[in-house]
Amino acid sequence: METVLFLSHADAGKPALETLAAAKALGGTLVVGLFGADVQAFANEIAGCRATKILGVAGADFAQARYASDAAAAEALVKASKATIVVAPATSRMNRIVSGVAHRCGGRADTHVTGLAGGNITRWYYRQRMESQQSRTHRPWFIALDPGCHAAYAGAPGTATVEAVSVVLPAMKTQVTGVKAPESSQQTIRPDAKVLLVAGAGWTKKQPDGQTHVPEAADLIMGFLNATKASLGSSKSLVDLSGEGQAVLPFMSHLNQIGQTGSTPRHAKGLSTCCHGEEPHAVGWRFIGERRAINLDANCGWARGKADVLYVADAFAVMRKVNELLASQ
Amino acid sequence: MSYQIVVCGSIVPDPLQTLEPVAGPALKNEMMLPSVLDPWAWHSLFEAAHLAKNVAGSKVYLVSVAPKAKLQQVMMTVGQKAPFELIAVDGPASGFTDAAEIAPLLADAIKSIPGLDQSKLLVFGGWESASRGAGSTMQIVGELLGIVNQFQGVDKLTVGADGSFEILERIEGGKHQVSKCAGAPAVLGWATGSLPEPPNNPQIGMQNMRAIMPALQKAKPTKVATDAVKFASVALPKQQRQTKIVKDMPADEIAKEIVAWIQE
Ligand SMILES: Cc1cc2nc3c(=O)[nH]c(=O)nc-3n(C[C@H](O)[C@H](O)[C@H](O)COP(=O)(O)OP(=O)(O)OC[C@H]3O[C@@H](n4cnc5c(N)ncnc54)[C@H](O)[C@@H]3O)c2cc1C
Repeated sequence: METVLFLSHADAGKPALETLAAAKALGGTLVVGLFGADVQAFANEIAGCRATKILGVAGADFAQARYASDAAAAEALVKASKATIVVAPATSRMNRIVSGVAHRCGGRADTHVTGLAGGNITRWYYRQRMESQQSRTHRPWFIALDPGCHAAYAGAPGTATVEAVSVVLPAMKTQVTGVKAPESSQQTIRPDAKVLLVAGAGWTKKQPDGQTHVPEAADLIMGFLNATKASLGSSKSLVDLSGEGQAVLPFMSHLNQIGQTGSTPRHAKGLSTCCHGEEPHAVGWRFIGERRAINLDANCGWARGKADVLYVADAFAVMRKVNELLASQ
Repeated sequence: MSYQIVVCGSIVPDPLQTLEPVAGPALKNEMMLPSVLDPWAWHSLFEAAHLAKNVAGSKVYLVSVAPKAKLQQVMMTVGQKAPFELIAVDGPASGFTDAAEIAPLLADAIKSIPGLDQSKLLVFGGWESASRGAGSTMQIVGELLGIVNQFQGVDKLTVGADGSFEILERIEGGKHQVSKCAGAPAVLGWATGSLPEPPNNPQIGMQNMRAIMPALQKAKPTKVATDAVKFASVALPKQQRQTKIVKDMPADEIAKEIVAWIQE
């Protein structure tokens, strides 16, 4: 029988609860391994998960999301658990260490896993171009599950007994000094939003009147985001323009880019505006449920089975009306 | 103070190509597909070149595990962009090869650099490949080299006068985590960074090519295990949608439809 370790930092939130549920569904003997400044609160939250034990590495040294200390904590937890399968949420903090820790423990890792069933995992290759069902016989097998791929664990909280695991830390040459976020008025990436609005380079191109209208484009996009709390994505072309010194949308950065060399976010609905919808871009839509697009060009890539609805129209005119309607509600 | 900046980067099919999996698994006509340097490794190469230019005495190495003939084609373009010394290992560039098989080849190639000095070593690469997309290789390379200062999703590296550096790494919600690291050695898996693609420079191209050809000739053929992962199936997504194309509908009407749809 497998010993399944659910391994996480203690402040991973919903992705951790999703991963815990996935780990439980694997069957076998469940062990929980948590690290962070304080692990008791989260251990209490999941006290009813029927783990045979809850192991913890806690203290100020483990507050920071830093490779040297996180990897040491995770390594100690895996070794103490004697796990054959380690399941971790694919947060940025776990993603930084999971393959390095697998190596330290003599294991192998699969990351960006999107499903776990029947002994196989599901993950994508070539930037979400093809989907694989696969498994390993090698143990320990580390699996990092992407957020949004499993229903979250929702058991009653309780009082957990956490077994402390000790860790020998190497000299710390790295200190995390903070987080840099865009000003809140320009914070446009909202992973939990229902709707993703994607803007393409068309917003900055010459329009039928022979002029560009970048400030208006910026107002229309921001107006929509403010009214709907949608998340903002971008085509590669649009974010690249800023690197080339052209007039661009001030709130747009490489972090907004979706697609083959950008992100593949998960949202229930997506609205594409002024994007051509070609393959490397459409890859960014892989995990978007319902898709609609607005483009002046009836022959753009979206017309070829990638969107549910393509409105052949001027996005300026449509989004102006959309914002008016939203404002009037 | 100077750096030995080692960029780890393989090749991937040009993103504009249609890809189809075949038994193996492998890509249909894999050897015929035009290739490019893996995009995020490509960005890290620009960052490496930029850093080397600003810190006198620094040198950039490009370590690549890839089929030699394909790598040679890609080097024709890459060699025009920035000065570097190529260390080539003749091996697979397939996304279906386990990162744990490739990382030791890279680590060994790095260890073979004459005069390698850990106190000057910065190991760069893409935070994820466009083939495997795992974000695993750089971590294992770091482990094999004994480097525990590791950063992933890096968009910015600023070197201070004292040799320490500040790193911005991508985290959730469009934010960056800021770290200070006392100095080399470190592993940095880059995201997009902040530099545009440099223009072609024929002079750099000529200078690179003189060393690239012998490096390719010297590239050792390697065999890697392909049985680590058992693939039950690899398939293209089936979701071809029935796109409804709406033409000649007034903007007001479209707006009403869209608002109703997003509020469903
Ligand atoms: C190595 C590599 C990696 C890549 N990675 C990515 C990636 O990660 N993400 C990505 O997106 N792409 C990627 N690409 C693809 C590439 O960058 C595409 O060229 C880009 O996605 C197209 O961007 P776009 O649709 O915004 O711009 P364009 O191709 O310029 O299209 C603009 C569109 O706007 C429309 N338009 C203009 N005005 C209006 C208006 N008023 N109303 C409605 N529509 C209007 C036009 O009809 C046109 O279709 C990659 C390519 C390569 C080679």
